[in-house]
Amino acid sequence: MWGYLLRRLFESALILLGITFVTFLLLYLVPADPARQIAGRSATAATVANIRDQLGLNDPLVTQYWRYLTGLAQGDMGRSYLQRAEVSSLIASRLPASLLLMVSAIVTELIIGLTIGVVAALRRNRPVDHTLMIFSFVAISAPQFVIGILLLYVFAVQLGWFPIGGYGTFAHLVLPSVTLGLLGAGWYSRMMRSSMIEVLNQDLVRTARAKGLSKLRIVTRHVMPNAILPIIAMIGIDIGLFMSGIVVVESVFGWPGIGQLAWQAIQRVDIPVIMGVTMVSATAIVLGNLIADLVAPLIDPRIKTK
Amino acid sequence: MSDAEDRGPGGARPVLTVRDLSVQVATDAGAKTVLDGLSFDLIAGETLALAGESGSGKSMTALAIMGLLPKPMARVSGGTIRLGDTDLTALSERGYRQIRSARVAMIFQEPMTSLNPLMTVQRQLCEVLLEHRVCSRRQAPKRALRLLQDVRLTEPERRLSQYPHELSGGMRQRVMIAMALACDPEILIADEPTTALDVTVQAEILDLIRTLQAEHGTAVLMITHDMGVVAEMADRVVVLREGRQEEAAPVRDLFAAPKTDYARTLLAAVPRLGTAPDRPVHPEAQKIVEVDDLSVRFDIAGGLLNRTVARVHAVEGVSFHIRERETLALVGESGCGKSTIGKALLGLVPWDGSIRIGGVQTRGRSRAAMRPVLRDIQMVFQDPGASLDARMSVGEQVVEPMRVHGLASGSELGDRAEWLFRRVGLSPDMLSRYPHEFSGGQRQRVCIARALSLSPRVIIADESVSALDVSVQAQVLDLLQELQEQDGLSYLFISHDMAVIEQVADRVVVMRLGQVMEDGTRDAVLRDPQHPYTKRLLAAVPVPDPTRTRAPLPDTAGIEEASPIFPVGSAPARVELRQMSPGHRVAH
Repeated sequence: MWGYLLRRLFESALILLGITFVTFLLLYLVPADPARQIAGRSATAATVANIRDQLGLNDPLVTQYWRYLTGLAQGDMGRSYLQRAEVSSLIASRLPASLLLMVSAIVTELIIGLTIGVVAALRRNRPVDHTLMIFSFVAISAPQFVIGILLLYVFAVQLGWFPIGGYGTFAHLVLPSVTLGLLGAGWYSRMMRSSMIEVLNQDLVRTARAKGLSKLRIVTRHVMPNAILPIIAMIGIDIGLFMSGIVVVESVFGWPGIGQLAWQAIQRVDIPVIMGVTMVSATAIVLGNLIADLVAPLIDPRIKTK
Repeated sequence: MSDAEDRGPGGARPVLTVRDLSVQVATDAGAKTVLDGLSFDLIAGETLALAGESGSGKSMTALAIMGLLPKPMARVSGGTIRLGDTDLTALSERGYRQIRSARVAMIFQEPMTSLNPLMTVQRQLCEVLLEHRVCSRRQAPKRALRLLQDVRLTEPERRLSQYPHELSGGMRQRVMIAMALACDPEILIADEPTTALDVTVQAEILDLIRTLQAEHGTAVLMITHDMGVVAEMADRVVVLREGRQEEAAPVRDLFAAPKTDYARTLLAAVPRLGTAPDRPVHPEAQKIVEVDDLSVRFDIAGGLLNRTVARVHAVEGVSFHIRERETLALVGESGCGKSTIGKALLGLVPWDGSIRIGGVQTRGRSRAAMRPVLRDIQMVFQDPGASLDARMSVGEQVVEPMRVHGLASGSELGDRAEWLFRRVGLSPDMLSRYPHEFSGGQRQRVCIARALSLSPRVIIADESVSALDVSVQAQVLDLLQELQEQDGLSYLFISHDMAVIEQVADRVVVMRLGQVMEDGTRDAVLRDPQHPYTKRLLAAVPVPDPTRTRAPLPDTAGIEEASPIFPVGSAPARVELRQMSPGHRVAH
């Protein structure tokens, strides 16, 4: 187990190293001169050259990459061009809000998605199943900003149950999490349904019935644990999906997370911030997959962790 | 119903009475009756066999008794099933739950898929004990251990905490039996309980069922297609065919003098060891396949850097040859490497050593360079359903090899396909049909036609008749024989079935753990076996004759424990073959 963990950590580190190179290339691929960005439009060519020299932009690519890497290792992600602050402190101040939103969205989508999937599978090809699958179809295909605005209009403006936007209390958390989680809930309900139906047709269910077990017990102890296995790997991949959703949802609800930070940075070509946010979300995706792979053997004894 | 009728042989009261049982299955074309008016009694302590080929309704009967017919497609459409004083067909689902396992228990064909892979043996055993309140939660683990000891499982304490995938096939079936007997039921329904197991394991499991039956006085309803198993296990037999009862008789009467035509043909089709006619003797012909020191190893990766840490030595230093017009049989239990050899001959797995086909060395050949060699050697697999493309017409599939090899084109292809179909006994107007429109036997004929399309000199038949019903199996074997006589084909016949091998083989190679244990002419190996492993294999084959009791298996303790997996750097000890007589070699 420990050997496996070490190997996986090592692999994850390699993947992140690859990502640092890709994000670093951003600096060169984006047609915006960093020195000009910092100096501002009215600066003279001499000022720009001076800044260029200070930043070491004239050094060879390898030297610059090495500087970027050693900086990253010490938590230095550079300075924002536009906000007079370190990228790392900008991200650090916003990360907790995003993590909170993400965790509660995952919980929301799992509760909604798995419940719908299980119920639909047990009532398959009946009206309940059809209705639930239409719901999941809508949840998957509706754009998140539409759902977000719709939820805001109904539950915040008309009914006044939740605040319109902002951050701070549990009430603030509900609508953004549901908006973010609905997409995943749609996916998970479909996957859980087909996975459940597959397991329901397996021999082990026939054995469980032959043992005289109750339907409830068969479903909760035998079918669901087997059906959930393929879904666990999906949760890890899902975090990548969240990162794109978070940008939209945080903007709609005015949620002060890194999604909003990224949104502002993209609009104003604030490359160090974009690089920083990319690194953080890449790390989240890699960690998410790692955790999913580490959890899977705990549930499925057939997966060997050697 | 009179009292006399209600009593079985010896006047014992039946524990289970089935009268006029009918089962219907909903299909697109309306309700189809798959079981039609079946009646039988099961007497306490006896074994009743329901025998028949696929589609006979034998498994449907078992599921109907257990109340496990797949809903809503199948339902009992008539008749009664009486267990003591209870009519099972009138029971609610809740009522049925009190019966299942507690009074009627069942074991299935595939013990791996029938057990829950995510639960330990202990949890699966305790679950049934607690559901039927056999004992308290605290006593349950002790009870579970006792059950494992009852089914003679080795190291029962350790097994309790293991998961199904950590056990061998035979152990899993023992766990299934322990689970079935947990509540001491009156009836045990065994649905093809040994069909998925190796022959020596089958012998042990059948033995166990007999012993436990004697200890507990359980009535056993044995569902099987294997007349050898029927002869060995049953007191009485009901022969089923397409949902109807053909014949019901005590086992000895049935085998001695079957009354119906169907039972007669069924019994005649059963291959019996020691009855095969002599093989035609051919003068020493040319060697078509020469295999020398063949080894196939599969790497197992692991460790921090995912390096190869161990290897499966699937085939280890095997040598043999096949002459023109000759059938060489490779026999052994699952995992012995026999199928891997077939794949190596076709270049489907990486291998070491030397393989010459038609005098051509295939070692080191690229995929493209292998192509002309493959014209001479073709393969027919076990499952014809899975080895045909469901979305391509059979005609297309039969001529595809010729297209690939550029041997024919245009109308020539059509003519050739018709000719091939006639050769394998199919009508040429079936060429445009799709695989699902054929029966299992017909599909295997299609596969044979496909293999023949390149006019090969050798056909590898990998368990090609194992999945077929005995009557169909006999027909396909006849076809293979006929093709051999007409075309001078050679076969590499890979099988686990000793009786089939005796019918077709000129020479036999017995394999175990990737190495040859014994090889020689059919009569030398099968009728005068020298190696203990060959003897054990032969002794384990159920004899389709109820008057003969099978000799107990020669004791070869620990034989299942051996594994073909070795760490990098070490290899299994090579066994040396010693010449016993000309053409008969035995490992020592």
